[in-house]
Amino acid sequence: MALELGRSSAGRSLPARLAPGIVTLVSLAGLLAIWWVAAIVADSRVLPSPPAVAEAFWRDAATGELFFHLAMTLSRVAGAFVIAMAVGSAIGIVLGMSREADRFFDPWLILFLNIPALVIIVLAYIWFGLNEAAAIGAIAVNKIPNAVVTLREGARALDRDLEEMAKVYRFGAAKTLRHVILPQLQPYFAAASRSGISLIWKIALVVELLGRSNGVGFQINLYFQLFDVAAILAYTLAFVAVMLIIEFLLVQPFEAHSTRWRPKRAHG
Amino acid sequence: MSNLSKPIPPAGDPSALTVEIRGKSFRGADGGDVRAIEAIAFEVAPASFATLIGPSGCGKTTTLRIILGLDPDFDGRLRLPEGGAGRVAAVFQEPRLLPWRSVEDNVRLALPAEDAGRDLDPLFATLGLAEMRSRYPSELSLGLARRVALARAFAIRPSLLVLDEPFVSLDEQTATRLRKLLIDVWSARPTTALMVTHNLREAVQLSDRIIFLTERPARIRGIHDIVTPQAERDTRWREATLSAIAKRYSGVL
Repeated sequence: MALELGRSSAGRSLPARLAPGIVTLVSLAGLLAIWWVAAIVADSRVLPSPPAVAEAFWRDAATGELFFHLAMTLSRVAGAFVIAMAVGSAIGIVLGMSREADRFFDPWLILFLNIPALVIIVLAYIWFGLNEAAAIGAIAVNKIPNAVVTLREGARALDRDLEEMAKVYRFGAAKTLRHVILPQLQPYFAAASRSGISLIWKIALVVELLGRSNGVGFQINLYFQLFDVAAILAYTLAFVAVMLIIEFLLVQPFEAHSTRWRPKRAHG
Repeated sequence: MSNLSKPIPPAGDPSALTVEIRGKSFRGADGGDVRAIEAIAFEVAPASFATLIGPSGCGKTTTLRIILGLDPDFDGRLRLPEGGAGRVAAVFQEPRLLPWRSVEDNVRLALPAEDAGRDLDPLFATLGLAEMRSRYPSELSLGLARRVALARAFAIRPSLLVLDEPFVSLDEQTATRLRKLLIDVWSARPTTALMVTHNLREAVQLSDRIIFLTERPARIRGIHDIVTPQAERDTRWREATLSAIAKRYSGVL
């Protein structure tokens, strides 16, 4: 689906252009059907049918509670994402460009890559208290090593020839960064953001479960104690839907714009 | 063959290019030093076109990189032409265009800030790029991409133009057309220029001075000045000049 949308659809007939969308719809409908049948067969409280989940969704949506918790989680995800990408990219680019720095900091990086998310969250709450800064910071610290590793690869692959061209034509630091370096790193930014946003929202839920009094993670913990699987699934699906909307309305158009110079590949 | 180079006059024209490299070594893969340049000294008169010719791997590109300031690690001295903004333009072996910027942006980005909004129409028109301005480099043939690289070099109105085999790996027809374009834009505003090439015909057609280099480590093998104006260089003249040069410098043709 993602690949299909990235392509140019010019010059194709209308049915051919709609086909990928139809395939996606049929695929999702199939998944829904399997779930529904399984729920009917199991006939159990722990596997509610789609209508039961929809009912749970409307119940919390009507009071506005669902949207409040979604917004809280989303704001934490957004804050942690911005911090993690900014800090992680900066460190990654420096490590990719300086062999000495890389040699020195590589063990630190391996250490941070391997600290379990739970440990970072618990330590952040103990050291900095049960507050918003500790929560967002803990999520960001979990993601930073991944961004560092990805952007470090990008910085290692930077084109020497273009750098020399920029030097001869006296581009200066700002122009070189904007027109020569960042466009080369764009695919690495895209990869880090893609994997980052899914990792971050999963960790955000754990952070909320352990130390916040709102957000999707807090609600899921609440419904876990009430054994309300329908409500748990309702919150999960609602947040996945939000992330999908972000992907299609923000990430993909941005990517299509920043890769418009690439030669169009033949369809097939 | 004896060293035919003339000594450099002590105080040359301030707008001439003076190159004096007394030694340049590279660290080889085995840790030992590889001597690339032994001693090279020459001068390029203001607004004249000089060409460096020598066997492959003899240090021509290294010399250009030193002149471009991309390799500060050498013994010797260098005086770039003064006057103008003192800018240096380079046309590399590969076009080295930014793939994510359009043809026009590639040229415009090289312009100094005070010149940013300048009218580039005449330059694009001369080089036959008027229709290509909004294209991306991936949509251009190698010949067209080289033209864009030429446009970028001339757009900044440099006081020194450096060309590293700018017509290599083009078919002869395209290369000939591109050489003619180079003469056209260069004649419109003669700039001190230094080109590296393997092609003696190309050198004879374009240059006022040809500098022959020896095998690595490079020394000057000889300097040949051409006084015939470019407009009067017809086929007969060229063949005569080529055979005269070939007689003097065996193995260059």
